[in-house]
Amino acid sequence: MSTFIDGLSLGSIYALIALGYTMVYGIAKMLNFAHGDIIMVGAYAILTTLNLCGNPIVAIVASVVVCTLLGVVTEKLAYRPLRGASPLAVLITAIGVSYFLQSIAQLIYGAKNRPVTIATFSAVAIGNAKINIATIISLIAGAIIMAALTVFIKKTRTGRAMLAVSEDRGAALLMGINVNRIITITFAIGSALAAFASVFYLMQIPSTNPTLGSMPGIKAFTAAVIGGIGSVSGAMIGGVLLGVIEKIALSVPALAPYTTALEFALLIIILLVKPTGLMGKQRREKV
Amino acid sequence: MLKVENIEVCYGFIKAIKGVSFEVKQGEIIALIGSNGAGKTTILHTITGLISPKSGKIIFEGKDLTKTPAHKILGMGMAHVPEGRRIFQELTVFENLKLGAYILRDKKQIEKNLEYVYEHFPRLKERKNQLAGTLSGGEQQMLAMGRALMSNPKIILMDEPSMGLSPILVSEIFQIIKEVSYDGTTVLLVEQNAKKALTIADRAYVLETGNITLSGNAKELLNDDRIKKAYLGE
Repeated sequence: MSTFIDGLSLGSIYALIALGYTMVYGIAKMLNFAHGDIIMVGAYAILTTLNLCGNPIVAIVASVVVCTLLGVVTEKLAYRPLRGASPLAVLITAIGVSYFLQSIAQLIYGAKNRPVTIATFSAVAIGNAKINIATIISLIAGAIIMAALTVFIKKTRTGRAMLAVSEDRGAALLMGINVNRIITITFAIGSALAAFASVFYLMQIPSTNPTLGSMPGIKAFTAAVIGGIGSVSGAMIGGVLLGVIEKIALSVPALAPYTTALEFALLIIILLVKPTGLMGKQRREKV
Repeated sequence: MLKVENIEVCYGFIKAIKGVSFEVKQGEIIALIGSNGAGKTTILHTITGLISPKSGKIIFEGKDLTKTPAHKILGMGMAHVPEGRRIFQELTVFENLKLGAYILRDKKQIEKNLEYVYEHFPRLKERKNQLAGTLSGGEQQMLAMGRALMSNPKIILMDEPSMGLSPILVSEIFQIIKEVSYDGTTVLLVEQNAKKALTIADRAYVLETGNITLSGNAKELLNDDRIKKAYLGE
């Protein structure tokens, strides 16, 4: 039971990151491999703010603001000039941005692990299971954020414009939708979600280093592909699924060393059975 | 109202449009006819800014559109119903129509335009909550036209509205084009179905491999021997 809740909580972190990958892919048609590093920047933003003022709420706000701005700025400086370039050029640029952010972090903060304690959390007993409050907070907050995002996309004018751009950029232009603006908003939202992911991550593993974002980034990308890249509900389902599988595998001594291998094996199996991912739709190639 | 002055458009090294000029006056239905590959769609894409011309000018109500980004064109009163409809298949009919009025902020105006569209396309009203991708070809064409009319445009550019439709549906669609024109919207119609297009148009231009080779009154062109031979199969 507590393993399952741990899994849901980790899964909501993966889902928040996966949403950034999937939304940017759906709307800007690019894989933003620097997305994981946004989490790392968010973690350092929390570290710095905590050192300056010690208030965890201010630190969380600072992290969201810094990540959102960073997402918008990288899109403007690194990706927008490549609009219309080959997907490979954009992909390589994204990898470059990833190394750039890691190196900057290393220059400023050094390569060593730095402890970051947002707050101390105790455990509560639910039935006969003991669950850390941090786990419960990230699970509930993650669910609220994802619900809000779903409503935003379905119900608002900007959300509908995002759906339109992701389906047919040319037709969206003809509707008077400023596609560049929608792409900027998408990067802003994706990066803000990554900031929340960094908060929840630090609540469970309270330390950061310059490559903090790599592994959760790759796991979340896997989750996005499992769910069907480009699909918002797919990213949520894929993230939660991966988190639960990871925690369950870790709790079984015989499986624990093979946890990561198991997760990627799941990716391979799903791609073999359903190449578009769980929620992905078969799309006709447009001529 | 709309003046295209000597535009040239290139795809790589290939010149697709070789200096085309024509004019659309307020209230007219203008047909641009020509066979597959003549450059009709390219011209419409150039007018609404999806492609930029190598040279030449596009003047709409006295303003040069050549440098205007595509997403600002609709706000100036020009709607484009693209070839192949390009409706948003994963959204409902209603959501598609709402997107057609994306540039409008006034709720009352949107409501009024929606009434207008439902009046001309009652079938869209019946199916408003259905996913657009599940509509039949004719209904999708109606949705594409309805979506374009949602912004209450001054001029509407239509690219092959008859494509892939049964003769009955083609007649229905052309009837609606006439109604829209009667209600005061100027129409620029691109068609391969020359006969249908010339029947409802005021004037027409004939496009052949990037050049306008013939133009004039639509009724006269309908009886022109060259047109009859090349496009009407008589």
